[in-house]
Amino acid sequence: MSDFIVPKLQKEKIIEYINQGKRLDGRDLGDYREIEIERNVSVNAESSVRVKIGKTEVFAGVKLGIIEPYPDSPDEGTFMTSAELHPMASEQYDIGKPGIESVELARVIDRGIRESGFIDFKKLCIKEGEKVWQVFLDIVAINDNGNLIDVAGLASLIALGSAKMPVYNEKEEKIEHELSNEPLPLNKEAMSFNITLHKINNSILLDVDKEEEAISNCRLSIAIGEANGKLRITAMQKGKEGVITEKDMENILNLVEDKWKEIFPKVKGYVFEEND
Amino acid sequence: MAKKESLYKKRSDGRKFDEIREIKVKVGIVPSADGSAMFQTGKTQAIAVVRGPRTFHPQHMQNPEKGMLRVNYGMMPFSVWDRIRPGPSRRSEEISKVSEWALSSVVDLSGFPNAVVDVFIQIPQADAGTRVAGLNAAAMALAHAGIPMKEMISAISVGKIDKTIVVDVNKEEEDFKEGEGSTDIPIAVTSRTGDIALLQLDGKISPEELKEAIKAGKEACKEILKIQTKALKDSSNGGSNE
Repeated sequence: MSDFIVPKLQKEKIIEYINQGKRLDGRDLGDYREIEIERNVSVNAESSVRVKIGKTEVFAGVKLGIIEPYPDSPDEGTFMTSAELHPMASEQYDIGKPGIESVELARVIDRGIRESGFIDFKKLCIKEGEKVWQVFLDIVAINDNGNLIDVAGLASLIALGSAKMPVYNEKEEKIEHELSNEPLPLNKEAMSFNITLHKINNSILLDVDKEEEAISNCRLSIAIGEANGKLRITAMQKGKEGVITEKDMENILNLVEDKWKEIFPKVKGYVFEEND
Repeated sequence: MAKKESLYKKRSDGRKFDEIREIKVKVGIVPSADGSAMFQTGKTQAIAVVRGPRTFHPQHMQNPEKGMLRVNYGMMPFSVWDRIRPGPSRRSEEISKVSEWALSSVVDLSGFPNAVVDVFIQIPQADAGTRVAGLNAAAMALAHAGIPMKEMISAISVGKIDKTIVVDVNKEEEDFKEGEGSTDIPIAVTSRTGDIALLQLDGKISPEELKEAIKAGKEACKEILKIQTKALKDSSNGGSNE
């Protein structure tokens, strides 16, 4: 792992723009880059998707297995998120043991999904105390041009939203090599999606690119969903050494509320309505 | 090519014995990399990304005479029916090494002492023949990155299914158990001299059949080379870099 270095002149330029409420690529501070989605990119997966926001690009796929349940939840399925920040995606990443970036990314996404109650774990029980479904969510980054967390988060939701259950042979107690039409059991209304904000020189930015990300010294990821028509937060993670002042927090929550109104219906569309 | 007595008389997907699967290629799929390409045959897809030449670390392992090529091959966990654990395995490490040898035979890094060129191959979707698809993508990505190459590389997996020689084996054929079963022969061929840059085999085969298999492989590689060359030309003729 090596740091991504932004030349000082470039850094000054970026900050100069931000101070005027602008960004080098022409976006406003709260704007996302263009989102591109390609579904069913891997036929052997229970579901798979390739999501590109700007130039940042990830693959996400869901596979299911069978496992003995945890003793403290004998009637619930289990969920595991893995992320590979492959050196293919950026010069910063190394091959082999997952670095702290991969671990943090996987954990933040895992938490956002798990805590929201999006996956109906009770319905993933096959035989209480003995056999439950295990949901594997795998994320592979192939290009990191900033804001991997949100790109991976969106890809994860789309993959889960379109996953089909494999056929389970009760007699032989094994998974057949085919998928059913049964979707992965989800509580659709509980879905949260991840939105990550960065603080650069006291301004709050959304969907940072690689250079902005390198300059920022404070990031906050918030998993947001809906309860009774209102914004609900289900997970948060503050990253980097910078601090959030009381005023920042107020700004952040206002911005998040605005963005939620704008983006949440879009995300629901990506995850549920465009399944074909 | 089918011999009378072979149990494999017709290919499961209806192809002729010397027919490759439908091929899709794309150059420049990862815009931030120095070079990149996608190669898909049937349901097997490989993406390759080239980063470098860049300074090789640690310094004591640098070669002051010429640059090094490093290849890393891996399958995405959901690329096959039975999920693969993320990260390197013995299989992926071996494939990385034989692919590295194959590509090293054609790249010329004498102009880049102490440097390294990294080639990353990932398989999002697999239906047999992933290492050869990876090599085809990698060779295109290296050319796209402008790395000096003496020749191109094209690769194919040749199979002997019972007694029948076929090219571009799919998973169903690879799993054929009847008669003499399935013999899998991945082969990579250089474009100008037609030399063999990668050759592996597992199964059972006679020397005559092997000669026949190599011949069939070389023929198929000619077709693949045409597709690779066309995609590279299209991408440099003002084609988008996307």
